[in-house]
Amino acid sequence: MNFNMVVLVKQVPDTSNVGENAMKPDGTVNREALPAIINPEDLCALEEALKIKEELGGNITVVSMGPPKAKEALTHCLCMGADKAILLSDRKFAGSDTLATSYILKKAIDKIKSFDIIFCGRQAIDGDTAQVGPQVAEKLKINQLTYVLKIIEITKNSIIVKRQISDGYEIVRSNLPVLLTITREANTPRPPSVKKSMAYKYLTDQIAIEDLKLSKDILCTWDHRDIGAKVELCGLKGSATRVKKIENVVLKAFEKEDIEPTPQGISSLLGKLIQEHII
Amino acid sequence: MSNFFKDNEDILFLLDNIDISRLILLKEKNFEDKSTYDYAPKDVKDAISNYKLTLDILGDICAQTIAPYAREVDIQGARFIDGKVEYADGTKEALKRLKQAEVLGFTIPRRYGGLNFPKTIYSLAIEMVSRADASLMNLFGLQEISDTIYRFGTQEQRDRYLPGFCSGEFSGAMALTEPDAGSDLQAVALKAKEGEDGIWYLDGVKRFITNGCGDIILVLARSEENIKGARGLSLFIYKRDETLKIRRIEEKLGIHGSPTCEIHFNNSPSELLGQRKMGLVKYTFSLMNGARLAVAAQAIGIAEAAYRASLEYAKTRSQFGVPIIKFPPIYEFLLNMRVDIEAGRRLVYLTSNMVDLKESLEEMINTNGSDARQIKGEYKKYSRLAALLTPMSKIFTTEMANRVSYNAIQVHGGVGYTKDFEVERYYRDARITNIYEGTTQLQVNAAIGGVITGVIFNLLSELESNIKLKPLLEGVRYLRDSLDECLVHIKGLENTEYQQFHSRRLVEMATWAVVSCLLSSDASISKKKQQVAEIFMQRVISKSDEYKKYILSDSQPIIIYKDDLLG
Repeated sequence: MNFNMVVLVKQVPDTSNVGENAMKPDGTVNREALPAIINPEDLCALEEALKIKEELGGNITVVSMGPPKAKEALTHCLCMGADKAILLSDRKFAGSDTLATSYILKKAIDKIKSFDIIFCGRQAIDGDTAQVGPQVAEKLKINQLTYVLKIIEITKNSIIVKRQISDGYEIVRSNLPVLLTITREANTPRPPSVKKSMAYKYLTDQIAIEDLKLSKDILCTWDHRDIGAKVELCGLKGSATRVKKIENVVLKAFEKEDIEPTPQGISSLLGKLIQEHII
Repeated sequence: MSNFFKDNEDILFLLDNIDISRLILLKEKNFEDKSTYDYAPKDVKDAISNYKLTLDILGDICAQTIAPYAREVDIQGARFIDGKVEYADGTKEALKRLKQAEVLGFTIPRRYGGLNFPKTIYSLAIEMVSRADASLMNLFGLQEISDTIYRFGTQEQRDRYLPGFCSGEFSGAMALTEPDAGSDLQAVALKAKEGEDGIWYLDGVKRFITNGCGDIILVLARSEENIKGARGLSLFIYKRDETLKIRRIEEKLGIHGSPTCEIHFNNSPSELLGQRKMGLVKYTFSLMNGARLAVAAQAIGIAEAAYRASLEYAKTRSQFGVPIIKFPPIYEFLLNMRVDIEAGRRLVYLTSNMVDLKESLEEMINTNGSDARQIKGEYKKYSRLAALLTPMSKIFTTEMANRVSYNAIQVHGGVGYTKDFEVERYYRDARITNIYEGTTQLQVNAAIGGVITGVIFNLLSELESNIKLKPLLEGVRYLRDSLDECLVHIKGLENTEYQQFHSRRLVEMATWAVVSCLLSSDASISKKKQQVAEIFMQRVISKSDEYKKYILSDSQPIIIYKDDLLG
């Protein structure tokens, strides 16, 4: 068996490492002040693909839409064991919401043509929408299995997974091709290989996209023309979402209650939480 | 996110400021690999950037995958179940990550799948791994075994074994110690007999074998039935099969993640490594020197972990209304820890550098006989220095790690004695470092020759020439003169027992002089290093005075009364 796999990844600001300058005065995210990382669940998605490649064979193409800086994220994926990376970078793509993003990704996957499984992270830690994966599947007219906890079995034509649902899990089967969104619980992503990191370090040496084209065999850059995307469906123009207002929400506790660290204390807390339908 | 490489300013200082270009040039042989391997460097700068990149990835793994499980590994430990050794879950996970990161062939040439890094960098890697989990070093640090096969094996043996070590398919062990042959390896009795089929068969028991459950074991065995002592011993490569029985694993004070096995060879087929009769005198000596350096690096890692835990605790714990770090006894502990760790790391860095130079030159001599004279001279010089500095490093760092982890508990007070904090584990883990791979007392025997014969003074002269700050240079000369005076005195007495009695003190004085030279020359690069040098030297100068007084006194109550009091 030899599976053609595509993994969609996103470079995001590390919101788990928020410092003082994380927000601009207007309430938007100050991207310069936050280190850029690969969205954690996207790494889990890549890890699932790598496990299949290791056990059953196949090849992995990683795709990311973003500024030239996102090639750092793609290089990291290559160092973990992906075979090829594609950066979708174009000024026309700027400001895309999930609708426009999924359109662009769909067009890129059309160009890649052959695929059996598309992997995405469940959701990104910056937007937290969990929409892009499902929208890509819709646009490609293929099945989607979201919130995947575990891949149980995979054959040439079908896949069985365990997926999380609101009060437990279910085990489902789908034909291939399929799009999966993977949760954090599925695995711990592997570290990058030091050999590959040494071999690919030149990929992040220069910033200009033009230079990246030189190494197109392993990391290539596509713009809207390369994937045949209509400009009016990309970026802000192609986005259905408009930001009306950004509000700074400060969570504040009004009432404080001390819970004794005893079985009695804990069971009374649980009782209250159940009573108030919190759990 | 924390990273044990990026958060260590002293390691970064060494990589940025201490010139190792000569050894990189030797190790990379004019960068001949660059056209064959995409991860080979093209010049010195590229090589250093590769080292940093690799240590950065390893630093991530150490901080995020290894350290968080170290406590669980300590509690669960390696276990012996139905005749088999089972690593702790955290150990298995860590090994999987190290394998995925492809760091298990650190020093092995690229053609076998290794990274071809110098030991200078490997020592830093071992230190970082040990800071995360000292017991894991005993598996990560076993790369010495593949290194020994590389250096002394035939081409065919290299091809057969090394790729498996580099990929992580094989783990290794070195089986030297026996129930009656510990420090005295000349007494090794395990039998090796050559069969008519040309295969060597091993029979006997080895004890205290770290990772004795490994796939490939280097075994020191008596191949010459009629030759007693070292010359009757050869080294064998044994590949695990059903003939080897693991009898049990030891229950130890610390490094619980590392299985220490008693193993029984029953007519076990093996093959000779190198030449017969050279097993102990050449190969094991070399193997153990590598392992000693690795243990020295391990000790620094443990000390680093203990120091950081203590510093954090002392800053956050308040008594009498102030953080305890404000009290002189506490900041004295902490400063001495920091200074001693930096001193030890600098010494191991120099030592690894000398070992690298020696081994690269040795390979040059073995592969092409040309340029022989000059190269051979240099090779001899670095061999002598490596032979002196390796035991010195092990003594200095392992005794230091014991002191640091002991004082780390003291800084914590009562809670430090509980398992709620990590320092008690560091203390237990550190305790083996000055015992295994040769006790401190044996290291003194290995180092004293280089001190008595004057190899040390050539080194000191060379190192002194790098010192630019005059007061520090004066301090270094003072230490050197004290050592010289003691040596002249002792040699004049011609009393072997008196010399042996004071050997440890002489070796320590010599080590202090070397370390003071190193810290003093770094002092002109950084203000903090100057402060470190001053603190270190003030302390060792006063200790050196004390030793000198003791040695010059000629008073020998311990020697004279030993029989009366010890019966």
